[in-house]
Amino acid sequence: MRVTLTVNGSQRTADDVWEGESLLFVLRERLALPGSKNACEQGECGSCTVLLDDVPVCACLVAAGQAAHRRVVTVEGLAPRGELGPVQQAFLEAGAVQCGFCTPGLIVQVHDLLRRTAGAGLPPPGDADIREALAGNLCRCTGYEKILDAVRLAASRLPVMP
Amino acid sequence: MTAPTITSIRAGRIGDSPQRPDGRQKVTGEFAYSSDLWLDGMLWGATLRSPHPRARITGLDITGAVAMPGVFAVLTHEDVPGRETYGLERPDQPVLAIDQIRYQGEPVALVAADHPETARRAAGRIRVSYREEPPLADARAALAPGAPSVHPGGNLVRHVRVRRGDPDARAAVVVTGEYEVGMQDQAFLGPESGLAVPAADGGVDLFVATQWLHVDRDQVAASLGLDPDLVRITLGGVGGAFGAREDLSMQIHACLLALHTGKPVKMSYSREESFFGHVHRHPASMRYEHGCSAGGRLVYVKADIVLDGGAYMSSSPAVAANAATLGIGPYEVPNVVMDSYAVYTNNPPCGAMRGFGAVQACFGYESQMDKMAAALSMDPVEFRVRNAMREGSVMPTGQVVDSAAPVAELLRLVRDRPPPPARDTGDLRSLPGGVSNTTHGEAVVRGVGYGVSIKNVGFSEGFDDYSTARVRLELTGGEPSAQVHTAAAEVGQGLVTVLEQIVRSELGVERVAVLPADTTIGSAGSSSASRQTYVTGGAVRAACAEVRSQLLARAGDPAAGSPGNRPPGLAGAAGLGDLVALLGKPAEATVTWRHRPTAPLDPGTGQGQAHVQYAFAAHRAVVDVDTELGLVKVVEIATAQDVGKAMNPQAVEGQIHGGIAQGLGLAVMEEIQVAGGVVRNPSFTDYLIPTILDMPPVRLDMLELADPHAPYGLRGVGEPPAISSTPAIVAAIRDATGIPLTRIPVRPEHLTATQPDEGPDPPSAMIMGRNAPHRVPFDPRS
Repeated sequence: MRVTLTVNGSQRTADDVWEGESLLFVLRERLALPGSKNACEQGECGSCTVLLDDVPVCACLVAAGQAAHRRVVTVEGLAPRGELGPVQQAFLEAGAVQCGFCTPGLIVQVHDLLRRTAGAGLPPPGDADIREALAGNLCRCTGYEKILDAVRLAASRLPVMP
Repeated sequence: MTAPTITSIRAGRIGDSPQRPDGRQKVTGEFAYSSDLWLDGMLWGATLRSPHPRARITGLDITGAVAMPGVFAVLTHEDVPGRETYGLERPDQPVLAIDQIRYQGEPVALVAADHPETARRAAGRIRVSYREEPPLADARAALAPGAPSVHPGGNLVRHVRVRRGDPDARAAVVVTGEYEVGMQDQAFLGPESGLAVPAADGGVDLFVATQWLHVDRDQVAASLGLDPDLVRITLGGVGGAFGAREDLSMQIHACLLALHTGKPVKMSYSREESFFGHVHRHPASMRYEHGCSAGGRLVYVKADIVLDGGAYMSSSPAVAANAATLGIGPYEVPNVVMDSYAVYTNNPPCGAMRGFGAVQACFGYESQMDKMAAALSMDPVEFRVRNAMREGSVMPTGQVVDSAAPVAELLRLVRDRPPPPARDTGDLRSLPGGVSNTTHGEAVVRGVGYGVSIKNVGFSEGFDDYSTARVRLELTGGEPSAQVHTAAAEVGQGLVTVLEQIVRSELGVERVAVLPADTTIGSAGSSSASRQTYVTGGAVRAACAEVRSQLLARAGDPAAGSPGNRPPGLAGAAGLGDLVALLGKPAEATVTWRHRPTAPLDPGTGQGQAHVQYAFAAHRAVVDVDTELGLVKVVEIATAQDVGKAMNPQAVEGQIHGGIAQGLGLAVMEEIQVAGGVVRNPSFTDYLIPTILDMPPVRLDMLELADPHAPYGLRGVGEPPAISSTPAIVAAIRDATGIPLTRIPVRPEHLTATQPDEGPDPPSAMIMGRNAPHRVPFDPRS
């Protein structure tokens, strides 16, 4: 089948898609966007987190056909090419990246968290809020301490809303 | 909330925390992991694996798979052109099963097809007839006389004996204990994966995530029947390792398929297949007897440790040696009788995982130290301090610890940390069970526990442990720039960052690039045993010294004749202007560097200078336990570790945090549950690793007591955090509940009266990659 969707602001079409393919497979193998990662492919690890119509989802659990004619944002679409978004910059500075396989999913998830909180004029998330928000994103390298540092750092840099 | 103070440095030297050179690519999604590789016209490989742990293959019919449109190759062991087996220490593992099955998940056949689902379905059409046999599933039973042999020659892989002092020593106070450690998985996130590309010269180029390129190459070449020079391996992006990539997984398979089809072949395991595709941490069964004077000094330790190596050898001999030589812990004990055994069974093969051998033993000896302290009515920290090893202490192997061993200081540091705040029963998120709303604080009790550990750094027992580095200094756009080339695997730990820091410090140049790791240069050894900064860092430092020596000779400097005489950076010695003048032609040096030699253990007594360096860490755990439901929340970990020299403090902290998380996992949740040789939980739904909700804040003290024998005085840091964090957490649970826990991971039913159920029946067939039945007809060309 043919699947047409909007990815990172551009309309994209994938042909010869088998109905059993996931959105993750189509992004990685058919649209040359391998940034979303394939660590478990059953919705447990969060490595493939993308925004589907502005809602974070595990792309491995979305059938490609379900994403037709909808908007998808992946880690590749969070900042213009050659630039870093505030969450990406904070992960880099805080040492929140080791092997980095969980990083794209975490960055999309944190992007969503901050957009809903500090970015919407609400107080920045406390540690317990950050932990709840990231509970679906597994990291095997960092023990999460530097990830917490990165989220706090990114939140502290968001413009204060009136 | 206050923002953390984080200094951003791009071009750092030793002791700084510069940003990772691959970090920008990793946060933007551009970094190419081995599972991201792609070539036009490539095929996908799939593996058919045995559903049975022990069986004879009585028939194998591939015609159903061969007939499927889109299938390009179906291979069995008869298609392996070279050596039909492989292995790290002994080639005892078939590339593809030869007439018999020794563990569930053993590869039987391979398929290459133009779509991954076609490959998986074709694998499902291969008809294998098995005659099942009862699996040998218990490691102690495997050692019993008359037990069926998993391999010719019996089930004992290695017995390591260590004898020190009087084997019949007696003591005023004696405690005994039996302890068990379950099978832990490394659970790296990036699946086993890679891309094999056939070459015009009859060889193959392999891009793969691994820990040791050259040992992969040699095994791949042997099984392909090729000269090693025709197997060229380049490191693909590695999504974590933790020991699990030291053995081969899909390397030979992908190369076989590529050479057979003449096309590039990609293989990428699903998470389920990953659980069957790599070795795990050895389960252990341990018996300890500690004897102590009434005054609290250890008199003797007697112990035996049985490590279940599963169906193939992997690195079991080294695991057994670590358990034996490190198995009484960082304590002075005059009399030791230690026997450790690695054995074959029909369980999943076990091999390297962070801290191997030391992790299992530490749970045993630290449990015993608490038990003895209780028997003596002593404080557990005070009892440990009284018996703590120090510099100059003698190991049970007779080896003198000849650099810092601040065991007592590490213990005091964690003990003296302020306690964490009392739990906030008004916030569910601070309670065991969290927002599941399982308690408001009723039946929740707090406990505190301690652990301290010892680990060897680097390869031991006389192994020729070296690394090779090439450093090239030249002018780029009129500026000096350096390139570093090694075959050392960056697996996430940040080696590429540290190598850049070393070159900047040694040569005084800012522009440094680390080239991709591949087999066109000599071996760097494995990214394991906490050794890579030590050994490859040492090689890069030596290559820099050689480059500097060449340039000083060009400048006519009298110091040039002695590369050991190291001025503080080339720019400082010669001046940057001079450096540009000296680089009319590039300066380049390739150096093979070794740490000081080690020696084998005496087979009868276990005496010998077996290890090159020891590393130490201490942990204090605070836990809250819901005693009605058996739920544990780890509230805080305090740790102290001597790192010799913090080459990159931020990266060292990251190693310590991450290692503690894996130690926490082994303490309270992580176990591959194996029943009758069958794995019952090969998924992240059923094999649990710590989430950010499970991992508490870590309070960290880092000591930098230089080791005079090591480059920059550094001490390997990767493994110690994962060792004594586990017994510290279990001790805290014991402290909270009073239950004498002897098995890890601790399960809820160990803390309540509830009994575990027996779980589901084993699967009847194994086609990797999809768990659910397919309801959608499949034709990728529709």
